[in-house]
Amino acid sequence: MDILDAAFMQRALLAALLVGITAPAIGIYLVQRHQALMGDGIGHVALTGVGLGFLLNTSPVWVAAAVCVGGAVAMELIRSYGKARGDIALAMLFYGGMAGGVMLINLSSSGSNANLVSYLFGSLTTVSRQDIVAICLLAAFVIAATLGLRRQLFAICQDEEFARVTGLPVRLLNLLVAITAALTVTVAMRVVGLLLVSALMVIPVAASQQISRSFATTLALSVTIGVLVTLSGTATSYYVDVPPGATIVLLAIGVFMVLTALAAPLARKRARSTADQERCTLADTADEVEV
Amino acid sequence: MEQPVISLRSATASLGSRPVLRGIDLTVRRGEVVALLGANGSGKSTAVRAIVGQVPLTGGELELFGVPRRRFRQWARVGYVPQRTTAAGGVPATVREVVSAGRLARTRLGPVRKADREAVVRALDLVGMADRLKDSVNALSGGQHQRVLIARALAGEPELLIMDEPMAGVDLASQEVLAKALRAQVDRGATVLLVLHELGPLEPLIDRAVVLRDGCVVHDGPPPEAVGQHALPGHDHVHPHADPAAEPTRTGLLS
Repeated sequence: MDILDAAFMQRALLAALLVGITAPAIGIYLVQRHQALMGDGIGHVALTGVGLGFLLNTSPVWVAAAVCVGGAVAMELIRSYGKARGDIALAMLFYGGMAGGVMLINLSSSGSNANLVSYLFGSLTTVSRQDIVAICLLAAFVIAATLGLRRQLFAICQDEEFARVTGLPVRLLNLLVAITAALTVTVAMRVVGLLLVSALMVIPVAASQQISRSFATTLALSVTIGVLVTLSGTATSYYVDVPPGATIVLLAIGVFMVLTALAAPLARKRARSTADQERCTLADTADEVEV
Repeated sequence: MEQPVISLRSATASLGSRPVLRGIDLTVRRGEVVALLGANGSGKSTAVRAIVGQVPLTGGELELFGVPRRRFRQWARVGYVPQRTTAAGGVPATVREVVSAGRLARTRLGPVRKADREAVVRALDLVGMADRLKDSVNALSGGQHQRVLIARALAGEPELLIMDEPMAGVDLASQEVLAKALRAQVDRGATVLLVLHELGPLEPLIDRAVVLRDGCVVHDGPPPEAVGQHALPGHDHVHPHADPAAEPTRTGLLS
């Protein structure tokens, strides 16, 4: 396989694999609490971090990670405390992050619009050795948090009020979700780009919940779909001259459509088997009335 | 004398700028089943949410198991059923997964053991849903959602059960299953505080009714003759029930 010979492709495939795992693994909790677009918001804020990285001549990945975490924590605090005009505050954060990033990149000597585009839409082939170290470390944290605390995170995203009464450290866990989402965005930005990060958090989850009935299956299936589309998208972009980020997202949407098409007959089949059970119950009730 | 399980004294609370509780006293002793009744907006839901720490008190005192609310940490002793019409979230989940969340009061951040899995099955058995363990909660009826939410609270094997309108939107069959589950809890010594619109099938279980009106306690004693909505001034009661003789004979399978 000549695709594995080039060092840059090895790095690209490793980064793609990690994004395929981490993005759906945190995305499922965001979808569960109806915050599917949070990844998009963090992606906007991340751009300021990238710009800052260029301006300070340090690794954009680490600076972006720090800025994303700050932004995500701010979003979480706005969500939990400021209920009144939370949407406006979030809008400020998103657009401020985007505008700040564009401004900072233009101010820096090493930055250019080409650089900006590579972060907005991803640039797998330019993933450096330092980048891959950062991506591996961040991904390890994300995987440990999302899988290790899955029962606790499930509980707070399913019913936050109930979770608080069980005595779980809900505020801390909420912050953990925000921080994990922020780190995932930085992991994914080199692969699919900041504007398409959220797609990988949401679409694999949306696709798998078309056919799954349990949270555990949805989680496993989303990660499988995530890995499948990121690896095949990256490979495709090696053989055919297409942008990897866009390829990955379009493949994910393709999987979503296929599973949605499969969902209707599957649901009918399940409904039939449930209806069979219900028929028995109805017959029992009928007997009861006659007595 | 034994410490009361819940002790609320001169409690006040506001939602926004609107005062909702205006100095209520409520004491629940071990083994008691207390119903909190009142019209919509009377503050009954706010009162229980204040007791479980979801609404801050602006004044007064609250003790759970003799410990001031601020220092209370033994949440495994409390089972809570919030006022919700659905057990579902934004992602599919099975009945078992939702009910297992109730065990977190005991497992916290630790691993799930055999005893935890058994407690989940037992809790579902109590509400007659053990056969639906692997079903998605999205496939359940309104009454079944409520049964799952109650099983979730029971999974932690609490000493005190706090339920906010557990009978809202629940069909008669489910109401009777819930009454039976509740009786089993009372028999094993649990204390129960529940918000109700009307007593219904739970009536024989209730030791004491506390009626709220405009954030004040207007009745605290045995359940009144006419209870719940019926007890409230201005309630124009037209009996919708059919003649008891016309009711189908129950086989005891559900009742």
